[in-house]
Amino acid sequence: MQAEPVLPLLDIAGLSVAFANDRGDDFTAVRGLDLVVAEGETLAVVGESGSGKSVTAMAVTRLIDNAGGRITGGTIRFRDRSGAVRDLAREPAADMRRLRGPEIAMVFQEPMTSLNPVLTVGDQIAEAIELHQRLSHQAAREEARRMLERVRIPEAARQLDRYPFQLSGGMRQRVMIAMALSCRPRMLIADEPTTALDVTVQAQVLRLMRELQREFGMAMIFITHDMGVVAEIADRVLVMRAGEKVEEGDVFAIFERPAAPYTRALLAAVPALGSLAHESLPRAFPENGRDLPPQDTVREGGPPVLEVQDLTTRFDVASGWFTRNKARIHAVEHVSLEVRPGETLGLVGESGCGKSSTGRSVIRLEQPQAGAIRFEGSDVSVLRGDAEARLRRGVQYVFQDPFASLDPRLTVGFSIAEPITTNRLLSGPAVEARVGELLRQVGLPPEHGRRYPHELSGGQRQRVCIARALASEPRLIIADEAVAALDVSIRAQVVNLLMALQRERGLAFLFISHDMAVVERIAHRVAVMYLGQIVEIGPRQAVMIDPQHAYTRRLLAAVPVPDPRQRGHERGLDDSEVPSPLRRLDDPPQVAPLVQVGPDHYVARHHVGGLY
Amino acid sequence: MSATVADNRISSPVAEFWRRFRRKRVALVAGFIILLIALAAIAAPLVAPYDPSAPDYDNVLADPSALHPFGTDAYGRDILSRVIWGGRISLSVGVISVLVGGAVGIVLGLVSGFFGGWVDSLIMRFCDVLFAFPGLLLAIGVVAVLGPGISNVIWATSVFSVPAFARLVRGDALALKRAVYVQAARSIGVRPVTLMLRHILPGALPGVIVNGSLRLGNNILTAASLSFLGLGAQPPSPEWGAMLADGRSYLGVADWLTLWPGVAIFVTVLAFNLLGDGLRDALSQKLR
Repeated sequence: MQAEPVLPLLDIAGLSVAFANDRGDDFTAVRGLDLVVAEGETLAVVGESGSGKSVTAMAVTRLIDNAGGRITGGTIRFRDRSGAVRDLAREPAADMRRLRGPEIAMVFQEPMTSLNPVLTVGDQIAEAIELHQRLSHQAAREEARRMLERVRIPEAARQLDRYPFQLSGGMRQRVMIAMALSCRPRMLIADEPTTALDVTVQAQVLRLMRELQREFGMAMIFITHDMGVVAEIADRVLVMRAGEKVEEGDVFAIFERPAAPYTRALLAAVPALGSLAHESLPRAFPENGRDLPPQDTVREGGPPVLEVQDLTTRFDVASGWFTRNKARIHAVEHVSLEVRPGETLGLVGESGCGKSSTGRSVIRLEQPQAGAIRFEGSDVSVLRGDAEARLRRGVQYVFQDPFASLDPRLTVGFSIAEPITTNRLLSGPAVEARVGELLRQVGLPPEHGRRYPHELSGGQRQRVCIARALASEPRLIIADEAVAALDVSIRAQVVNLLMALQRERGLAFLFISHDMAVVERIAHRVAVMYLGQIVEIGPRQAVMIDPQHAYTRRLLAAVPVPDPRQRGHERGLDDSEVPSPLRRLDDPPQVAPLVQVGPDHYVARHHVGGLY
Repeated sequence: MSATVADNRISSPVAEFWRRFRRKRVALVAGFIILLIALAAIAAPLVAPYDPSAPDYDNVLADPSALHPFGTDAYGRDILSRVIWGGRISLSVGVISVLVGGAVGIVLGLVSGFFGGWVDSLIMRFCDVLFAFPGLLLAIGVVAVLGPGISNVIWATSVFSVPAFARLVRGDALALKRAVYVQAARSIGVRPVTLMLRHILPGALPGVIVNGSLRLGNNILTAASLSFLGLGAQPPSPEWGAMLADGRSYLGVADWLTLWPGVAIFVTVLAFNLLGDGLRDALSQKLR
């Protein structure tokens, strides 16, 4: 115990932030929030969408002034480099500008939109340095190079002259971090900095941020919705909900002895990879604190619902009257898989691996170049007449973003009815009755059919999309990252809904996801995709417990573990980047043959050893 | 926890639009003025104090007075009546040309953007050709071929309204055909024509409405210009552009001959432009 209490770096008391909307009434996004950050400490602010966590961060940097919000109460006391305590809630805009950068820096979620696309990386970092440290352009660029090295960007000197679009998402986020750190801020505010990144890249960036925070000795406010990420990075945790603080405490206390019911619910909804390690069947998320039984829905015998053989989809880059085609994206390369009635096949991989292209090729949103697609035993490779009708009725697709996949100008009831009327399954008042019934089945009141998509919440919208997918009584639903855009608690509910529908109707799912923990819950079998090819496919338990392919192992190791005690012991991460599926025309990829390694378990065996 | 919906009011996109548009004062006033002009034009036989083409040789070039508020022209015809009747011609030229040009343009744009490929190239090159001519010059060309007269002016203005609509709708169609909800509709087997009419066209309508309003003003101006050049409405029909041309010889003597038709053109075109801007502001906000 120190005799003299250490002054906090940031001390927020009773902060309220309101937004004016065009109806004239104010919307209070943050209400009476208290928050303290000590020097050199990492505070994670956790909450679901609309909890006010980002708004809090924007209030501290006063970027809120430009976003249509205003601080309606409270103080934001910040102790600056000279030791003077300032109230940022009342600081003049000009002084705030001088504080942003050298004192408080920010990193945002979307590294592509936060970087200026027409300036080179080097010039952008140098600009920040010149502005605040009054260095010459030459010296600033030299400093920019040193910063890029510190964020572990290989060949930093060469990267200086590249434009943001030439870098991968992970590299762009490193550049953003380098830019934020270039002025040696005393506090870094990171708003969902890893949310847009793939798991393996997220793991790299999280480790980097942890190391940099130590090296620079700065405080950090880390805003996230992901409890797994919190466990990886936080010293203390603040849980927010609907603009108010729910609970605050040491990271171990929050994870091990959560006091508030909301925190407990939040933690329960976090899928922990490995929780079904000892059983082979899928099992829904616990509901109301009770575990649900595992469910065995696969029906053996008879033809598979979906059979895909040697599916190949490639996209030509630059085609037109005057440009010659020089390269090709090999999105899907000789993919073969089958889904049995009542079975869920999880298709996992990182962005760009071709998992969505595979799903889209099946329902012909992309035109595959080669391969056979059979639905319930009959060939639907060529969409002609009867085959098209069978496929359109029997296979339905659920997209990632439920808001984008509903026509904003039509009521959701109309959208749900569209598959019924299009396939002429019912007519007249029967359609409306069926829409009401479908809404009930996905847990929504039938009156919601008269609403427009913007009048529903994210989870409700995804339920509408599921109702729509059910409308034509399909045998197979392809769920393309269908729960990725939802908050954790809603995600668990929607996964459980899908599993309940499978139980009741014997539906088969092709569940495309990057989230290994969710896949563990729902899938009977798992297929891992890498660069357009399936590198491992087999029973879920076998693939996850005993991954045979190096990439599967890497993917599993990168999943954040929602347990702060397990932090620190490095789990064999490498910093390599996933190569691009874009190839020259005369350089087709090698297709690795699948070799059986266990019952129903196959792994790609590559000709060249080492790199996968 | 999922109760992020601000309120339970059900608001259709149309209601949402009206809520925003109501606040645009200038556009509302412009719309009101257009309404007045349109009503006056429709009710011209009731509103106009005189027969617009009946000469009165005792009252030639009369100063504005209580009997003739806007004065009379070289044949003694009442200017006020001619301006009111002229509104009929000008507005119908504007409305018909925008409806015809808009309809053709929308269809071409939808097909072009939705199907792409050589169809798109063909339609867009056709539009490029039309765009390459200055609008007025093109209209003069068309009228020169077809012969002067107001119906040919309507054809001409219709033709050169097409490319703007086509390009606009094509742009929206290009963007919207990649929208996830259009893909979702495609994935359940919705046919191309339904896809275009139900899912893509409504998304393109805001742009069409705005462009339609701006173009209406523009076409009225072009029609007046053609009539001014003697290629449009033929005497004695009262048309604003033709009246300007008639009054030109008396500029120093009787300036009301050119003043009032000029004011009519100016106010109408300005009102359509202001209305268009207001519509754009109210419609461009995303319906979220």
